[in-house]
Amino acid sequence: MAALQEVDLPAAAAARLETVRRGDTLVLKIAGSWVLGSAEPHDAPLRGLSFAGVKTLEIDCAGLDRLDTTGAWLLMRTRRAAEMAGARGAWLDVPDAFQPLITTIDKDCKGPPVAHPDEHSLQAFLARVGLATAHFFGQAVSLLGFLGMVAIETTATILHPRRLRVAAVVRQMEEVGLNAMPIVGLLSFLLGIVFAFQGADQLRRFGAEIFTVNLLGISILREIGAIMTAIIVAGRSGSSFTAQIGTMKVNEEIDALYTLGMNPVEVLVLPRMLALVLTLPLLTVFANAMGILGGALMCLFDLGITMPAFLRQLQGAVGGWIFWIGIIKAPIFAFLIATVGCYEGLQVERNAASVGMLTTRSVVESIFLVIVADAIFSVLFSMLGI
Amino acid sequence: MSLAPETRAFGPPVIKIEGLVTRVGGRVLHDGLDLELRRGEVVGVVGGSGTGKSVLLRTIIGLNRHVGGRIEVLGQDVGRLGERALRQLQTRWGVLFQDGALFSAQTVAQNVQVPMREHTDLTARLMDELAAVKLGMAGLPPDAATKFPSELSGGMRKRAGLARALALDPEILFLDEPTAGLDPISAAQFDALVRDLQKSLNLTVFMVTHDIDTLRATTDRIAVLIDKKIRIGTFDTLVHDPHPWIQQYFSGVRGRAALGHA
Repeated sequence: MAALQEVDLPAAAAARLETVRRGDTLVLKIAGSWVLGSAEPHDAPLRGLSFAGVKTLEIDCAGLDRLDTTGAWLLMRTRRAAEMAGARGAWLDVPDAFQPLITTIDKDCKGPPVAHPDEHSLQAFLARVGLATAHFFGQAVSLLGFLGMVAIETTATILHPRRLRVAAVVRQMEEVGLNAMPIVGLLSFLLGIVFAFQGADQLRRFGAEIFTVNLLGISILREIGAIMTAIIVAGRSGSSFTAQIGTMKVNEEIDALYTLGMNPVEVLVLPRMLALVLTLPLLTVFANAMGILGGALMCLFDLGITMPAFLRQLQGAVGGWIFWIGIIKAPIFAFLIATVGCYEGLQVERNAASVGMLTTRSVVESIFLVIVADAIFSVLFSMLGI
Repeated sequence: MSLAPETRAFGPPVIKIEGLVTRVGGRVLHDGLDLELRRGEVVGVVGGSGTGKSVLLRTIIGLNRHVGGRIEVLGQDVGRLGERALRQLQTRWGVLFQDGALFSAQTVAQNVQVPMREHTDLTARLMDELAAVKLGMAGLPPDAATKFPSELSGGMRKRAGLARALALDPEILFLDEPTAGLDPISAAQFDALVRDLQKSLNLTVFMVTHDIDTLRATTDRIAVLIDKKIRIGTFDTLVHDPHPWIQQYFSGVRGRAALGHA
C-alpha cells in the first residue's frame, strides 16, 4: 500500500492568496492554480478569516489559472462565511471558463459537511445491542417458521410418497456422501493414528499398552467418529447447501420456482435433508472403520499388537451399546446441519455479499449446534446409564 | 439538451488509440482500432453485444492488457507505464462502473473519501466538506451520505459512484453503461447531470452505452464498434451511414422515437 501513497497529484503551479483590507472592504486576491494538491494550504487561513467590521468581501479572480471543485469550494465556503457574518460577497473578474463550475457549486452544494456515524458512543453501543437482540428473536421466529414449513412438507410427502424427488435425493446422496468419503476416510484414519499413538505413550508407563485398544475403540466409536464426520460434513455440505440455495435466491430462481407452482422447500430442502440424514450414519460407520484401521496399524507398528490380538481385545472392549451410541447421533447431527444450511440459504438477500456472509454463519452455527447436541446426548446417555 | 457539435471547440487530444489489437480468451476483439478523444469532448461508444465495448474501456484504463497497438492517455503510453506511473495517471481519471461498484462495507461518504484518503493529505474536516460538495454535484441529498450502498436505489448508487469517480477532480471520466437499468426519467436526469458536470469541470467523457437517448442528449461524437474497428461521427452523420448495422441501430423504432423527440 505504501506505493499508492507515494503518488503525487498533478500540482503544477502553486495557489496564491493575498488578503487586502480597504476600509470596510476585504479583498481576496486569488491567483495561480487553485486545484486539489495545491489549494489546501489555504484551507486553514481561509477558515480563520475574521469578518468583523467587513461590509463587502471581494474575491478577485483575475490571476486565476486553474480551478477545480476543491478550489471553488474553498472560495465558496469563504464567501458563505462572510455572508453569514453579515457582509456582502462579490466575485470579481472570474474567467469565463470557471463560471459554470462556480455556478454549479453555488447551486448544488449547500449541504453541511458529511457526518460520520459515531461507532464508539454509548448510544451506538446500545443501538447495536438492541439490533442484535431484535435480530436474534427475529431469527428464532423465522427458524421456527422454517421448521414448520419443513414439517408440513415432510408430512405431505409421507402421505403422498410420489411427491418425493428420488432422483434429487440420490444425486444429493452422491454429493454429500460418496464424494465426501475420501476426506472423511483420510481424516478419520489419521485421527486413529493420533489417538493410538497418544494412548500408547501414556498407557505404556503403567505397562497397560493393550488398553490402547479399549481407549481407541471406545473413543472413536462412541464420540470421535460421529462428531468428526458431522463437523467435516458441516464444513463441506452445510456450507454448500447455503451457497447453492443462496445463489439461487440472488438469481431470483427461488421466486421463479414459486411462480412455476413448485415449492422450494419440497424441491430444494427436503431432498438435501433426506439425503444427509440417510448418508451421515453411513459415513460415520465408514469413518469409524477407517479410524479403527489407523489405530490398528499404529498398534501393530508401535506396540507390536497383531491384528488378531487387536480384534480380540476390541471385541471385549466394545460391548453392546457403544457402537450404536455413535450411530444414533448421526441422523440428528445430519438434521441440524441440513436445517441450518438450507435455512441460511433461504435467508440470503439479493446481493452477492450476503451469500458469503450467510455461508460462513451457516458453518459456524451448524458446528456449534452439533457440539451442543453431542453434549446433550452425553448427559442423556449418562442418565440412562449407557 | 444537445449542443450542436460544431459550436464547440475542443482542445488537444487526451486519448489517442492507434492500431489497437486486443484478444480475450483467444478471440480477437479489436484489430487495428483507431480512436482519438479531444479535451472537453463527450464520446459515446456503441456496438452489438460481444463486440468489446466494455473491453475497450477496460483496456484504456489498464484493466486489460492489449496485444498490439498503442494507447496514449494524457500523453502517456498506458501499455508501457510502470506500476507507479500508472497509479499516478489513474488519479487523473475517474471511472463509473455499471452498478457503481461502491465498496459495500463503507458508507457513501466514506466511499467518496476513499481516493482522497489514499492519494491526498487533506484534513478530515476539509474531506468531509468536499465529500458533501461531490455528493451535491452528483445530485444526491445530504442524508444519503451516511447510508450504505445496499440502502440506495440503483440510480442513487450510480450517482454515488459518479461522486466517487469525481473525488480527485479527474480530467477524464469513463462511464460504463451509465443509464442501464434506470427508468427513462432517472436516465434523462443522469444524462443532464453528466452534461452539466462535463461543462462545469471541462471533463473529457468516454462512455459505453446502448441508450440512444443518452447518445443524443450527451455526446458530441459517437464511435461505433464494427468489424473490430471504430467508425466515428456525429449523430447526424452516422444516421446516414450506409452500413447495415448502423442503419438498423439508428432507424429502429427506439431510434426514431429519440429522433422525433430531439
